Amino acid sequence: MIIAKRKPFEEIKESVKDYKKIMVLGCGTCVAICQAGGEKEVEILVSELKLAFGNEGKKVDVNEELVIRQCDDEFMADPMFLEKIKEVDIILSMACGVGVQHACNFFNRIITEKPVRVIPGLNTTFMGANIDIGLWEERCLGCGDCVLEKTGGICPIARCAKSLLNGPCGGSSDGKCEISKDTDCAWHLIIERLEALGQLERIKPVEMYKDWRSSYSGGPRKIIREDLRI
Amino acid sequence: MKSGSNLEKLLEKGEFVITGELGPPKGTDVEVVKKKAALLKGNVDAVNITDNQTAIVRMSSIVTSKILIDEGLEPTMQMVARDRNRLAMMSDLFGASALGIKNMLCLSGDHQSFGNHPEAKNVFDIDSIQMIHMVKTMRDENKVICGDEIEGDFKMFIGAASNPFADPFQYRVHRLAKKIEAGVDFIQTQCIYDMKRFREFMKQVVDMGLHEKCKILAGITPLKSVGMARYMAANVSGIIIPQDIISRLRGAGKGKVADEGIKITCEQIQEMKEMEGIAGVHLMAIEWEHKVAEITKMAGVIPRPKV
Repeated sequence: MIIAKRKPFEEIKESVKDYKKIMVLGCGTCVAICQAGGEKEVEILVSELKLAFGNEGKKVDVNEELVIRQCDDEFMADPMFLEKIKEVDIILSMACGVGVQHACNFFNRIITEKPVRVIPGLNTTFMGANIDIGLWEERCLGCGDCVLEKTGGICPIARCAKSLLNGPCGGSSDGKCEISKDTDCAWHLIIERLEALGQLERIKPVEMYKDWRSSYSGGPRKIIREDLRI
Repeated sequence: MKSGSNLEKLLEKGEFVITGELGPPKGTDVEVVKKKAALLKGNVDAVNITDNQTAIVRMSSIVTSKILIDEGLEPTMQMVARDRNRLAMMSDLFGASALGIKNMLCLSGDHQSFGNHPEAKNVFDIDSIQMIHMVKTMRDENKVICGDEIEGDFKMFIGAASNPFADPFQYRVHRLAKKIEAGVDFIQTQCIYDMKRFREFMKQVVDMGLHEKCKILAGITPLKSVGMARYMAANVSGIIIPQDIISRLRGAGKGKVADEGIKITCEQIQEMKEMEGIAGVHLMAIEWEHKVAEITKMAGVIPRPKV
């Protein structure tokens, strides 16, 4: 899933300080699960903003809303909800970057009376998994050409700091990456896993140049499924 | 002959080669290069020119290599995968070849987080093993990766690094084998201090016959002080310095540590001369170029052979 992290409070406060009516809009899917932009986090942020503006003697109306997914029209189409959108000066979206853009685009398409301003409250960080309580790690870079079948289910593109296809480099030490002792060497993990599977032979041939066109290098990506478009 | 470089010719002749290393200046000062080059001249057969080593921005390895040629030395231009995509690499290789550079070293490169621009975006379009394959294709098929013909000749003696001190240890020799499969002509190892582990590594190399498929130069860096040894062991990725080396330096006494470091280096050179599968030594006297003449003299490896 998409993992995100709330922006520092001062940055958020600075970004909404010129508005009178603020809506903090949570998202109930990925960012709720990683506890960055769900119902609870929205509630906390709203309290913090109210307190901070209150202390400065500013009269600001900060309210909270939540939709299941900001990356999907269907969860934002409720007319009652759209009425609330029209009433505020700014929407601080607590969704990932996809949600912020999609919500902004959707609101401005549906609401014609005035432009709707949507800004981010989170920094979208990576595609990853919840490894332990309070710990999330990156697992996929979305390169568009999955190699996990060859590498024992451990991704060298996302998890090797140099995205090496023929690792590990000379900086691998005691199972850790040269960039930090807190970062596992992906290639060390790959070798251990393949050894356990009795498949170490699989990484002995030279892995040739990757075609990066399927990744971000090929420009913004799009999937068109003709079978679903009919 | 693959490139007809001095290094290639000496290795082909079976001479025990000595290569040196020169770090370009962090700026435009050509005199720095000339001074270091003068200290290395006559003491080594070729000189590695580092490519933004430890991710610190320096004069380009191509330009510094050309200055070295003008000074009458033979460069081995290093190239890292961190800073260039395949287009930039091939373009720079054309330029390097046009300037008379005949040896190169294909490296992944230290991660930019080590250097003075940790905010930079890295490239890593291709890795060091793919880089070897790319240069070999350019040389042997006269084609760039996509298959287009190269206008003119492209000759290069292709080197790469091997680090017997990185992990997992048992896999290191297989990674060397992959570099050979990709087409490497010579290998320079990471700095060796742990001779026991290096002997073990070389036994695996010889057992697999890899030393017959490429020339292996043992990497040696003289230790100037106990502090340097400690610093390298703790901060330089993929280096192991055994406690007995540190104890020996410490035991040398005040004012004599550097001499002891040089003595250790000379002993290592002697052992490398005897070791099966070793074709020479890569002497990395980091910011200690003025000691290279002393070391090569003490180790009895000068004058250098002519071809």
